[in-house]
Amino acid sequence: MSSKLRIMVPVKRAIDFAVKPRVNSAKTGVETAGVKFSINPFDDIAVEEAVKIKEAKKGAVESIHVVSAGSSKAQEVLRQSLAKGCDTSTLIDVGDASVEPLTVAKMLAKLAEEDKSNLIILGKQAIDDDSNHTGQMLAGLLNWPQVTAASKVDINESTGEVTVEHEVDGGFETVSASLPMIITTDLRLNTPRYATLPNIMKAKKKPLKTVKPADLGVDIAGRLETVSVSEPPPRPAGIKVNSVDELIAKLKERGAL
Amino acid sequence: MLSRIVFSRFATFQKTRLASTLAFLEHSSSQLTPGSLNTVTAASKLGGVTALLAGTGAREAATAAAQLAGVEKVLVAEDAAYDHGFAEKITPLVAANVAKHGFTHVVAPASSVGRGFIPRLGAALDVQPLSDIIGVESENTFVRPIYAGNIITTVKTSDKIVLLTARGTAFPPAQKGESTAPIEDAETADLSATPTVKFISEHLAKSERPDLGSATRVVSGGRALKDKESFDSLVYPLADALGAAVGASRAAVDAGYADNSLQVGQTGKVVAPELYIALGISGAIQHLAGMKDAKTIVCINKDPECPLFGLADFSLEGDIFQIVPELTEKIKNA
Repeated sequence: MSSKLRIMVPVKRAIDFAVKPRVNSAKTGVETAGVKFSINPFDDIAVEEAVKIKEAKKGAVESIHVVSAGSSKAQEVLRQSLAKGCDTSTLIDVGDASVEPLTVAKMLAKLAEEDKSNLIILGKQAIDDDSNHTGQMLAGLLNWPQVTAASKVDINESTGEVTVEHEVDGGFETVSASLPMIITTDLRLNTPRYATLPNIMKAKKKPLKTVKPADLGVDIAGRLETVSVSEPPPRPAGIKVNSVDELIAKLKERGAL
Repeated sequence: MLSRIVFSRFATFQKTRLASTLAFLEHSSSQLTPGSLNTVTAASKLGGVTALLAGTGAREAATAAAQLAGVEKVLVAEDAAYDHGFAEKITPLVAANVAKHGFTHVVAPASSVGRGFIPRLGAALDVQPLSDIIGVESENTFVRPIYAGNIITTVKTSDKIVLLTARGTAFPPAQKGESTAPIEDAETADLSATPTVKFISEHLAKSERPDLGSATRVVSGGRALKDKESFDSLVYPLADALGAAVGASRAAVDAGYADNSLQVGQTGKVVAPELYIALGISGAIQHLAGMKDAKTIVCINKDPECPLFGLADFSLEGDIFQIVPELTEKIKNA
């Protein structure tokens, strides 16, 4: 490989996966006040994979740049990623606006070009909007190969060939592509580490740059308008049965058997 | 209510005038995939459907697509370049056909192929797609789940070309219609500048059982099955007795009891069978996201606090190692 790996990892701050979201009182979105937020779980896996590559390929990785588009609170997830081993970070400060995947992809494409990134690892989807778009859009904008839902990544640093095992319907598939490329992570790719206290302290000294969407020449106005949000209708209360016979009888009564 | 009727009439009027929809259909061994049939139904809610099939065997699968109700035309790109559904190649093909025929909507199944290329096409056309739609309100307004299905949102798009992936379980499969649509060659795409992803191998879980995504009955096992042997000896016989597909929770998959492709949930398959039987699954919200639209849910678990008891229509508290063999026997003998 002619040049070293310059990895970019985009991360998103989202409502914690264990929290059951509720529609807000104005019925315009999801209640966020007083709700726990965390790094999107798939993005945590992307950070872990980048750091693992850096640890395994001594000297092959020049830098890991972690990026988030969000409010100033997204700094927390950037610091956390720095504490896990990323080198530099950028917050694209969009204020409280919610930005659509296409907008995020455009901003990331600009940063990737500025940064001369040659490998971008993203989560396969954010667990809030569940779009599963940004990685593929970024690959499209950059005209790079994409492999989604990766469960195993193997980089040959001398040839720049990357072999990836990824989840497809009905099983998994192994494919390969050349750098530069985009990989999105499946849950099975790895188990993210915890940041240690000394590393959290060190991360406070690592670079965190803030840019505005306008600095990247991207208009953040979206194409989608949320007409309504609602909680799905609750299911009618269930029945507790006491034996297998009773269960079978109830299922027959209902026509399910 | 009245305004709603007026609105829906208006929408119908609009769709006959404006919408022209391209449905990207998938095939395997020259057969349309089950998800493709649901996609035709979703697409036909927007007006007349042109189906597009690509890859080796596309022409044979096109014959079946041409007979589906709602399909007005079928485009075929029989070329090995489109095999394995690589987004890098499918995107320029669909873009070339959108440019030639002026489609206003493109719908694909919310499968690994559809999820792969629709956003890439969005980047190429500068539009923001909508993924995993479960309802069509009008030509530009769609319903989709967010937050692992805990919130349902209705979204209106202002894009000129609307790109969608459709959740299979939300739309019934298209049936054979009365007429046969003409089959034409698709517009060819320039693939010279597209990056290449090389196919090396695939490991698809082979099974005689019904496909998990479209099965009418599903038996799923969780962590409480303790090991792969118990999973195999409890879940499969019950599934066989019911003619059901087998599913698994993430915990069971991670522990190696079952194949990844059997995972039901936010990050696995979304199923909506007539009957869903959960064995030893506690019911984390990520699992519920994949099965809570099942018509009848049965939960068998020894933990009285298990969250799935709150959702299940019928819950039976007890040891799955005793209950499941008894249930399997009694169903077999019924």
